[in-house]
Formats: sequence, structure tokens, C-alpha cells
Amino acid sequence: MSNLWDDSLSGFWSAWIIVITLGTIVFCAWVLFANRKTDKQPDAEGNVGTTGHAADGIEEYDNPLPRWWFMLFVGTVIFSLGYLVLYPGLGNFQGILGWNQVNQWEREMAQAEERYAPIFAQYEEVPIPELAQDGDAMRVAERIFLNNCAICHGSNAQGGYGFPNLTDDDWLYGGEPENIVHTIANGRNGLMPSWQQLGEENIENLTQHVLSLSGLEHDAERAEHGQSVFTASCAACHGPNGTGNTALGAPNLTDDTWLYLAPGQSVADAVRQTLRNGRNGHMPAQAAYIGEDKVHLVAAYVYSLSN
Amino acid sequence: MSTAFEHPTYNYKVVRQFAIMTVVWGIVGMSLGVILAAQLVWPELNLGLPWTSFGRLRPLHTNAVIFAFGGSALMATSYYVVQRTCQTRLISDKLAAFTFWGWQAVIISAIITLPMGFTTSKEYAELEWPINILIAVVWVSYAIVFLGTIKQRKTSHIYVANWFYAAFILTIAVLHIVNNLAIPVEAFNSYSIYPGAIDAMVQWWWGHNAVGFFLTAGFLGMMYYFVPKQAERPIYSYRLSIVHFWALITTYMWAGAHHLHYTALPDWAQSVGMVMSIILLAPSWGGMINGMMTLSGAWHKLRTDPTLRFLVVALSFYGMSTFEGPMMAVKTVNALSHYTDWTIGHVHAGALGWVAMISIGSMYHLIPRLFGGTEMHSVKLIAVHFWLSTIGTVLYIAAMWVNGILQGLMWRAVNPDGTLMYTFIEAVEASGPGYIVRWVGGLFWVTGMLIMAYNVYMTVKRSEERGAIPQAA
Ligand code: HEC
Ligand code: HEC
Ligand code: HEM
Ligand code: HEM
Repeated sequence: MSNLWDDSLSGFWSAWIIVITLGTIVFCAWVLFANRKTDKQPDAEGNVGTTGHAADGIEEYDNPLPRWWFMLFVGTVIFSLGYLVLYPGLGNFQGILGWNQVNQWEREMAQAEERYAPIFAQYEEVPIPELAQDGDAMRVAERIFLNNCAICHGSNAQGGYGFPNLTDDDWLYGGEPENIVHTIANGRNGLMPSWQQLGEENIENLTQHVLSLSGLEHDAERAEHGQSVFTASCAACHGPNGTGNTALGAPNLTDDTWLYLAPGQSVADAVRQTLRNGRNGHMPAQAAYIGEDKVHLVAAYVYSLSN
Repeated sequence: MSTAFEHPTYNYKVVRQFAIMTVVWGIVGMSLGVILAAQLVWPELNLGLPWTSFGRLRPLHTNAVIFAFGGSALMATSYYVVQRTCQTRLISDKLAAFTFWGWQAVIISAIITLPMGFTTSKEYAELEWPINILIAVVWVSYAIVFLGTIKQRKTSHIYVANWFYAAFILTIAVLHIVNNLAIPVEAFNSYSIYPGAIDAMVQWWWGHNAVGFFLTAGFLGMMYYFVPKQAERPIYSYRLSIVHFWALITTYMWAGAHHLHYTALPDWAQSVGMVMSIILLAPSWGGMINGMMTLSGAWHKLRTDPTLRFLVVALSFYGMSTFEGPMMAVKTVNALSHYTDWTIGHVHAGALGWVAMISIGSMYHLIPRLFGGTEMHSVKLIAVHFWLSTIGTVLYIAAMWVNGILQGLMWRAVNPDGTLMYTFIEAVEASGPGYIVRWVGGLFWVTGMLIMAYNVYMTVKRSEERGAIPQAA
């Protein structure tokens, strides 16, 4: 079976497809021509007499095939045969135009490349801080953002649950032009392990400690207990004071800005959930989708949102 | 339903049961359609619950309208037509009763399992393997009753309506079994035995023939009996029925690949699917012509007979959707129409305009005769129903044409710099007004169906009061 779906078919399958395809078309044409004529004569109403049998009182005239309908049928058969000569259809025969859907796509992509690449090449020359000031460039960049990024980051780029806000100058991975380009081109994978193994008691203490870092309402005694665990288990990534580490994408825990805070959820619950289950935010790499030149342009757009 | 209406020769009981359920499932299925249409305008109507979300109610709608409503109409009329045109009783009352209760059990299972989220994810074949086995058993029983009755016929000739019903029954049996071959892993979970692109091709071989045989051939069978009966005219051309029957069933088998244009399906399969769809135009129109021309000499009846109007308008929509279908199968057109509401409009031109209209027309002919009369309780209400359905259909498909072409054009519009001009969500926003119009069209339809239910109820009640016995005709 697998042969059927490879680029080229085995001789047997190719022949089989040709035979049944043409066989079907020939059969239709044969049924059509075999029933074309009737030798009966029309009556006063113009109908040719009935076949003579009746089913539950229903009789059947034996009128000839309407001529225009006959011609329509013949026309579609001729069109189809012509199409199968021009385009791939009959087994391995590729059609005399040499068209296929892959080369059509390649042709259109090449044309687009030729037409549009110079526009983006031009922008690629300009350093990001400068490009971010160019109104025309930013209009183009915004469209790229809306079509490729807004689905996760929102059309106003303000993010959502698990998707960072790109307008607040608060960065998981750093806000320098080269950081942003790196994020977009290669993607990012934020890994926050689960801390279930520390036990609920410690998780609660850590939660109170994290709340205290942002100056939110907390249980001072528990926060105090949490301090040592934080230093032992969390500081390696989030830093001794919890201010985060852009090399790892470990968020700053002291600024009361939360990546994972569902609407209506309390910060305490959100932190507990993070600690129990861990997190793994994934920003997909874009270079292969939109190309380096557009990464540069859209990076300038992201940069412009907070600069 | 008392035994007072027993026909001396024929089994009308099973026909009556299916006929009543046609109306019931029609109301259920179309109401679900109206809910879906409303959800696309007001997403809050998903209610935030998994069971009432669009993704689960959508397959429930398609199953309810195609298999519950359409299936009941097909079974009711096929059992009636085969008995009357073969002049013999169904070969087995017991097996026929089994097909009724079995089919209702299938529908109830669908109503339970689909909202719970059990699905094979194959469109129009969503039901899981235990239900599929039940479907196979019921369907084979149906085939035995129907074909066995033809075999025992008292007439020399097999009437054309029965060819179409028989083709529909046999093909659906084969396609259902082949498409649903799967490895069960849990009570309501299984995996298709076909991999990747082959699975897609098998699925659309089924999917398109669900259209070609379930929604077309079966209903052509209905058309071939009820149009000449209601118009009281002979069929226009016997030889036309031969040509279009054979060409229709042969080419439909091939056309499924047009659902997979520009996909991983090999080019040759796409091309063959396309040309067979184009050849399908004439055989499809053959059925329309044969129905329409049967009316010649009886056109004046349309003025006074709304039942006949249902049948004729159904044929017009059939002609329209089978012109649109081959056009959409052309790859360049499909590149625009695919994934848009144009497809949804085409579906409902066929489903509402053709399938539902021809079924309703046939029911208005059939139901009074099953209950010992020849006319429905109120002909005026049939006329009201006719206008509601016609306007509802036109609103639905016109809105979807506008939406479909709008979406197709918006998706492909590019700026001078090669970026897309519109985001996806902008095309969704632009579709809003069309979705409202479609919802209104749906309300027209459901209102019509409720009027029908009242009319049927009064007809049954009237005959129960009279204690009438159907005339042996
Ligand atoms: C599939 C969803 C998705 C898409 C599409 C996506 N992103 Fe992201 N992006 C994310 C997630 C999730 C993160 C956070 C990663 C983490 O939690 O470590 C992120 C992070 C980022 C960051 C880093 C923010 C920071 O604070 O350092 C930038 C910049 C960014 N995305 C820009 C873009 C741009 C530009 C595009 C479009 C070309 C894009 N993203 C498309 C999901 C997405
Ligand atoms: C291996 C490095 C690593 C360690 C160790 C670590 N974290 Fe994290 N943490 C991260 C990363 C990376 C993220 C961002 C996850 C994402 O982007 O999906 C994060 C996210 C969080 C968040 C969510 C912040 C928000 O904005 O919603 C909290 C709270 C948090 N960490 C607390 C802690 C605590 C408390 C500990 C110690 C028990 C800890 N983390 C240990 C890397 C770490
Ligand atoms: C009141 C009448 C009806 C309304 C309002 C209605 C509405 C809808 C809606 C909103 C959808 C989903 C479209 C989408 O996903 O964008 C749908 C799908 C569908 N409906 Fe209906 N419907 C009605 C009647 C029918 C009938 C009578 C049939 C069949 C006999 C039918 C067959 C289908 C099919 C096959 C689909 C799936 C189409 C596809 O996947 O391409 N509908 N309907
Ligand atoms: C000559 C006859 C017909 C042809 C060639 C045809 C062709 C097509 C084409 C090309 C599509 C679009 C596929 C896509 O882009 O995804 C389609 C979809 C569809 N057609 Fe037809 N059509 C015909 C008649 C009908 C009739 C009479 C009905 C209904 C009674 C019907 C019901 C459907 C349905 C339900 C779909 C949607 C399938 C899906 O995506 O879920 N078709 N048809």
C-alpha cells in the first residue's frame, strides 16, 4: 500500500490508477451514448410514449435525453480528458505542463522573495534603536506582529496568562536589542521546576516569602521560615534577593508583576500553583518561519513598545 | 397510535414510527444548528461548560440532522415506497421493528456520548466503536429488509426509486465499515487503522459519499416517488434515469479527494477527484431535470399545492448546490472557498434546500396517508411552513456566500510589502453580520418545523377521532 503515497508509484499501481480512472470516464460516456436515441415517436404533448410499466400508479415516459444536457455531459468528459493530459492525474504521468502543487508553491515563494526581499533587506541594515523610530518601518512591523505574534501576546502586545507583556519594560530574557532578537529568532524555554517534594509546609512558607518580596500582604512568621529554603533552592535561578536572572528567564519576584496570574486568582494561589506544579513557558523560534530579516524588523517593533 | 390504522397488506407501523421521528429529530437537530449559529455570534452561549461548547455540539448537530432527521426520513420513505412499488409487505416486521429501535438507540447514544466528548474526530463518523458496531448491525438489517422486499416483489420491474434507495443502502454499509476500522483501546476510545494521508483519504471517501449516497442518492429515491405521486404525472424520461443513475453512482465514488485539495494528498489523487466532480455535474442535473420535467403539464398545481412547492423548490436547490459543488471542486476556486463559510453555505444549500425540503414535502404527502387520510390537517399551515423554510434557506446561504467570499479575499489580501493586510481576527469580526443573518434564517426554519409538528399532531389526532382506516390504494 505504502507505494501509493510515495512520490512515484510502482508500475502496477500506476497502471491500475490509469485503467480505473479512464475506465470510469469511458463507462460514463458509454452509458450516455448507449441511451442517446429513442425510436418512439412523440405524442400530442410532445412526450414520447411511456415504457408500459407502472409502479404504484407511476408511469414513465421514454423521452430522449435533453440535447443541451447531453452536450453538457460530453463537454465535461472532454474537459476532464484534456485536464488529465495537461496535469498530473493518470498514475505516474506528470501531465504535459509539468505542473504540481509543490513547484507552484516554490514558484510563488520565489516571486515573493524577489519582490519583497529588498524591502526587508533595507530595514535589516538599520540598527534596532534607530529602526524603532522609523514610522513606516514600524507600520510594516506591526502587521508582522499582528499576524505572527498577536495570537499569543495579544494584539496590543500586553500578553495574557503565561504570555509575557511586551510593553512594560520588564523582561524575562533582557530588553537589549540583541536579547530581543535572540528571543524571537531562536525561541525561549522557561523552566521552573516543581517543588512538590519540599512538602506543603515548605511550599506555604515559600509562598509567604515570595509575597513578602513584592511587599504584598503576608504571614511574617512563615515568610521568615521561607527565607532559608529560598536561599537554598531558589536563589540559584531567581538570585539571592529574588530579582531574577535574564540568562535563565527566571522572573524578578520582587516587582509585583506576574506572568502566571489567572483572572480572578489571588497572587498567593498563583504562586502556590507555580510551586506545586512547576512552569514551562515556551516561546517558539521564529527565524525559520518568518526569516532573519523580519525577525530584525519585528524585534525593533517590540523594542519600540517600551523605548 | 392505535392499531386502527393497520393497512391490510403493508407494514405501515414502522413507516409511521420513522415519519414521526423525522419531525422530532428535525426539530432537535435544527435547534442545535440555531444554538451553534448563536454561539458564533455570542460566544458566551458556550456557557463555559465543556458539554455545551461549540466543539461538542457541532458534531451533535451534524449527527442529529444527517443521521437522525435525514436517516429517519429515508427509512420511513424507503419502507413505504418499496412496499407500494413492489406491491408486497416488508419481508419481516420483526427485523423492521429492530431497525427502528436500533436506529433510535444509535441516536440516543450519540446524544449522550458526543457532549461528553467521546469522538473518533472523523467528521460525520465521530461516534466511537461500540456505537459503530451497533450502526453496522442495524444497517445490515435494514439492507436485508429492503433488498429482501425487492426480491419478493409482485411486479416485474424494479422502480427507479428503489435503485437509488438500494445504492444508498449498500454503499453506506460498505463505506461505514471501511472508514471505521479501528483498534479499540478503551470502551469509548479507538485509533483508526489507517495512517496519515491515507486516513484522510479514506475519511473523505466516506465523507463525500455520506453526501453522495446518504444526502443525495437516498433523497433522489424519495424524489422519484413523491414528485410524480404528488404531481400525478408520469416520470419525464426513463432513459434519463438510467444514464444519470449509473453515472452518478460511479463518479461519486471518486470525488472525495476534492475535500483535500492542496494537502499532503498526492497530486494525482487531487486531480482525479477534481475531474470526477466536474463530470458529476451532468448526472446530478439529470435527476433535477427528470423531477422538474415531470411537472410539465402540472405547473398550475403549484399555485394551490404547497406540498408540491416544497418538492419543486427542493429540486431547484439540488440543481443549485450540484452546480456550486463541481465549481468549488476546481482547484483554483477551492483555493478561495476552502476553510471559509462558502463551504458552510454550500453544505446548507444542499442540506436545508434539498435534503430538508424534499423530506418535508414527502412527509406532507406521506403522513396523512399513514393516518387514514389524504390531506394534512391544514394546507394553509403547510404554505406558511413553505415560506418560512424558503426564506430561511435563502437568508442562510446568501449570508454564507457573502461571508465566505469576504473571508477568502481578506485572507489572501497582501500589502505592497508582502505582509498580510488583515489579521485572522479581523476576518472573524467582518463575518459578524453574516452570522446574525444566518442565525435569523435558522430561527425561520425551526419556527417552520414547530408549525409542522403542530400540523402533524392535529392530523394524527383527527384520524384517531375518526378511527379511520387507510384506503387500500
Ligand atoms: C505560541 C505562542 C507564542 C507566539 C506565536 C509568540 N510568542 Fe513570544 N513568547 C511566548 C511565551 C510563552 C513567552 C515566554 C516564554 C517563557 O515563559 O519563558 C514568550 C516570550 C517572548 C519574548 C520575551 C519577553 C521577555 O520578557 O523577555 C519576546 C520579546 C517575544 N516573546 C516576542 C515575540 C514575537 C515578536 C513573536 C512573533 C514573531 C512572538 N513572540 C510569538 C509565546 C509566543
Ligand atoms: C532552575 C531555575 C529555577 C529555580 C531553581 C527556581 N525557579 Fe522559579 N522560575 C524559573 C523560571 C525560568 C521561571 C519562569 C517560568 C516560565 O517562564 O514559564 C520561574 C517562575 C517562577 C514563579 C512565577 C513568576 C510569575 O511571574 O508568575 C515563581 C513564583 C517562582 N518561579 C518561584 C520560585 C521559587 C519560590 C523557587 C524555589 C523553591 C524557584 N522559583 C526556583 C526558574 C527557577
Ligand atoms: C435550522 C437550520 C440549521 C442551522 C441554523 C444550522 C447551523 C449550522 C452551523 C452554525 C454549523 C457550523 C458552521 C461552522 O462551523 O462554521 C452547521 C454545520 C453543519 N450543518 Fe447545519 N444548520 C441547520 C440545519 C442543517 C440541516 C438540516 C443539515 C443536514 C441535513 C445540516 C448539516 C450540517 C453539516 C453537514 C454541517 C457541517 C458542515 C461542514 O463541516 O462543512 N444543517 N450548521
Ligand atoms: C455534484 C455534486 C457536488 C459536488 C461536486 C460537491 C463538491 C463539494 C466541494 C468541492 C466541497 C468543498 C470541499 C472543501 O473545500 O472542503 C463540498 C463540501 C460539502 N458538500 Fe458538496 N458537492 C456536491 C453536492 C452536494 C450536495 C447535494 C450536498 C448536500 C446535500 C453536499 C454537501 C456537502 C457537505 C456536507 C460539504 C462539507 C464537507 C465538510 O467540509 O465537512 N454537496 N462539496
